[in-house]
Amino acid sequence: MAELNAHIPEGELTEKWTKLRSSMPLVNPANKRSIEIIVVGSGLAGASAAATLAEMGYKVKCFCFQDSPRRAHSIAAQGGINAAKNYQNDGDSTYRLFYDTIKGGDYRAREANVHRLAEVSANIIDQCVAQGVPLAREYGGLLDNRSFGGTQVQRTFYAAGQTGQQLLLGAYSALERQVGMGKVEMFTRHEMLEVVVIDGKARGIIARNLITGELERHFGHAVLLCSGGYGNVFYLSTNAMGSNVTAAWKAHKKGAFFGNPCYTQIHPTCIPVSGDHQSKLTLMSESLRNDGRIWVPKKKDDPRKATDIPEDERDYYLERRYPAFGNLVPRDVASRAAKERCDAGYGVGASKLAVYLDFKANTERYGRIEANKHNIHNPDKETCMRLGREVIKEKYGNLFDMYKQITGEDPYELPMRIYPAVHYTMGGLWVDYNLMTTVPGLYALGEANFSDHGANRLGASALMQGLADGYFVIPYTIGAYLSKELATKPIPTDHPAFVEAEASAKAILDKFFAIKGTKSVDHFHKKLGKIMWERCGMARNAEGLKKGIEEIQQLRKEFWSDLRVPGDANELNPELEKAGRVADFIELGELMCMDALNRNESCGGHFREEYQTEEGEALRDDVNYAYVSAWEYKGDVTFELHKEELKFENIKVAQRSYK
Amino acid sequence: MSTGNMNLTLKVWRQKNNIAKGSLVDYKLSNISPDMSFLEMFDVLNEGLVDKGEEPVVFDHDCREGICGACSMFINGQPHGPLQGVTTCQLHMRSFKDGDTIVVEPWRAKAFPVIKDLMVDRTAFDRVIAAGGFISVNTGNAQDANNLPIPKVKADSAFEAAACIGCGACVATCKNASAMLFVSAKISQLAQLPQGQPERYRRVQSMVSQMDAEGFGNCTNTGACEAECPKGISLENIARMNRDFYSAKFVSEEEV
Repeated sequence: MAELNAHIPEGELTEKWTKLRSSMPLVNPANKRSIEIIVVGSGLAGASAAATLAEMGYKVKCFCFQDSPRRAHSIAAQGGINAAKNYQNDGDSTYRLFYDTIKGGDYRAREANVHRLAEVSANIIDQCVAQGVPLAREYGGLLDNRSFGGTQVQRTFYAAGQTGQQLLLGAYSALERQVGMGKVEMFTRHEMLEVVVIDGKARGIIARNLITGELERHFGHAVLLCSGGYGNVFYLSTNAMGSNVTAAWKAHKKGAFFGNPCYTQIHPTCIPVSGDHQSKLTLMSESLRNDGRIWVPKKKDDPRKATDIPEDERDYYLERRYPAFGNLVPRDVASRAAKERCDAGYGVGASKLAVYLDFKANTERYGRIEANKHNIHNPDKETCMRLGREVIKEKYGNLFDMYKQITGEDPYELPMRIYPAVHYTMGGLWVDYNLMTTVPGLYALGEANFSDHGANRLGASALMQGLADGYFVIPYTIGAYLSKELATKPIPTDHPAFVEAEASAKAILDKFFAIKGTKSVDHFHKKLGKIMWERCGMARNAEGLKKGIEEIQQLRKEFWSDLRVPGDANELNPELEKAGRVADFIELGELMCMDALNRNESCGGHFREEYQTEEGEALRDDVNYAYVSAWEYKGDVTFELHKEELKFENIKVAQRSYK
Repeated sequence: MSTGNMNLTLKVWRQKNNIAKGSLVDYKLSNISPDMSFLEMFDVLNEGLVDKGEEPVVFDHDCREGICGACSMFINGQPHGPLQGVTTCQLHMRSFKDGDTIVVEPWRAKAFPVIKDLMVDRTAFDRVIAAGGFISVNTGNAQDANNLPIPKVKADSAFEAAACIGCGACVATCKNASAMLFVSAKISQLAQLPQGQPERYRRVQSMVSQMDAEGFGNCTNTGACEAECPKGISLENIARMNRDFYSAKFVSEEEV
């Protein structure tokens, strides 16, 4: 069994990272040139890591399944990126970002990791601006900030509703620069199907060329998995269609422990499901909660149009329940509150599974400010709304357009209808402080690891973590491992471990074709999604989870006996790609239910109905569950639980309150 | 599975691989919901094909929210279909009528060879970026972000150029298969920012030269690219690029 040691450096919290970084073994420039690193994934974590490691002199191979690294799903992040810059002079600091993140994660993250994240957050903004990322600015030419959930300061940097796109294009440019210099070899339309482990260390991967279908062997002194999260286990999520768990899952089966698989983030503001045909859900950025107020009618089944319901007949339930944070409570809290209102019969829209997100009050407020700027005194309401609309448009224009395009309704006129949807997975491969998994030489970065967000991620922290891992953490921590690998010559890919890994990847592909069943991959994926949402979604209970496990096991049997994959393996075959991904999701789904069943408490995104306070808030059990669940794969879809105890030495653990 | 009442005839380009000869194949679809996206309509088509044991139509897609730039269908003679300012994944069937015949082809350009069916190879764009679409700043070199104030109008204008999603609709719609809108958007973003100045003229020369090497055509100022761009990238960027390209011949102190 691998050892579960988080390798957290000794010393004061604020000194740990500085000290480690300054005493870390180094690899000299000449040696770096002969060391090869494989990076799987080209999103914020992957692109930033690949670019930075190449800048440092390592030989890098980077893989992505998309046709270009620029299309990784980080591109779709809308709202922003947090950094403890305190540019707004509102009392922000490294410590406050650290504190907010630990509290936001419901005290289920490692103090040392989160503090490091807060420390490097400011460097990320500097780096991105230096790359030419056009973050939003004030008229004075300085950077602008806005608020996100779970904080009372303004520390979120943004580029309209396209922050992820702009940050990713920055990292992508840096990556392409290295590609142009021949220091990164880029493999697009490639999917990793196996990790190659030799003498207990990760030494390469098997990747399938998605165009030719050929299986390729690639050696690396170290392998970095930056392959994103697994929200698509629910079928419907805000993830891209191609987002998958396969790389992480194959690593798990090769010995990497999986951390906190049951921690999933259900984002409160998404466009509601409209029908069975739907293939994905669309997020409406959390930034909208800066200016949008969430409400439902006070009367059950109110048939009136939103605009016909007078002010005093509306229940602004977040402002009512959480006066201190109001509409900007963390995502898990906002999602559960929306579910509570809808379950109680106050939902709106045809499905009754939606609440309103209303911009009218703030549109008018902005309009009044604009009117003043234009020297219009005592403006009438219409003028205010007209001027205010311009301000709203500048802030959120692309989101409003997107909403209109999808729903056919104009959010400038009517409040948006929103409902929670699966968005992010806090769980992922277990990593130590150095981001190394339990397999030496195998690292996990960004959403693919479990590390920094505990049981609930705060808004605008995913971009921060992805780039922190790639730009500022791995470039240092990997040196400690590689400095001991200088004597390792590149291992020829005809080594038995490569041959065997390729054979096992091929065997699975052959197995898909051999089934010759009657149902498409999507059929099984949709079924899995329904089970997961019902049994392991926003609210869970022991009985449901047990049923869920049985249902998934049954589904797995059906999948392996009745799947139909057309075409063959030696060509471009998207159905085959999906089959591999769904096979892995089915196994992961079972583990998620097991993990949720094991955790007899509620924390963050993991809400067990049996464990709640009288007010319906999550009720933690710090005596028995203040640990990270790290699951070891024991073969044949069985798992063994290991525990990493969480120690809080700098923060007083308390019942989370946003009241 | 679908709940709507639209009946459609699709004429879809099918091509086995990049050397095979392709052709338009007819498919009938019924009960399509107007609330479906265009790609969800293709999901219905493909699920039907798989059920019949036939090979589904291959097409690029990923985020399905209009930002990754993967989707790329040439619909009734227009990239991303009839609506302005949206990608194929954001186009909904309510933009069509019951009984319509819809012709769907891949992007067509010499520099974007067809891989299979509606999927094309756009790696030429990556190579153009690799030739100079960046600011050479290694990680760790940056100064404090607010040490460099940038006027809001400049920053906003750079942002507008940076909104390009690299989908290639501009190339697909251009009669010359020119990539000038794409290339100029990146050049324009960086040329308007103070950080982009040191490499400004070197960048424009390298990127234009790579663009030519990839086999993209030239610009004859038709403006179809701007009209069809799902992100509203402006033709002004091309003017800016041309200005910098010619200036580079006089201003630049370095040869590229």
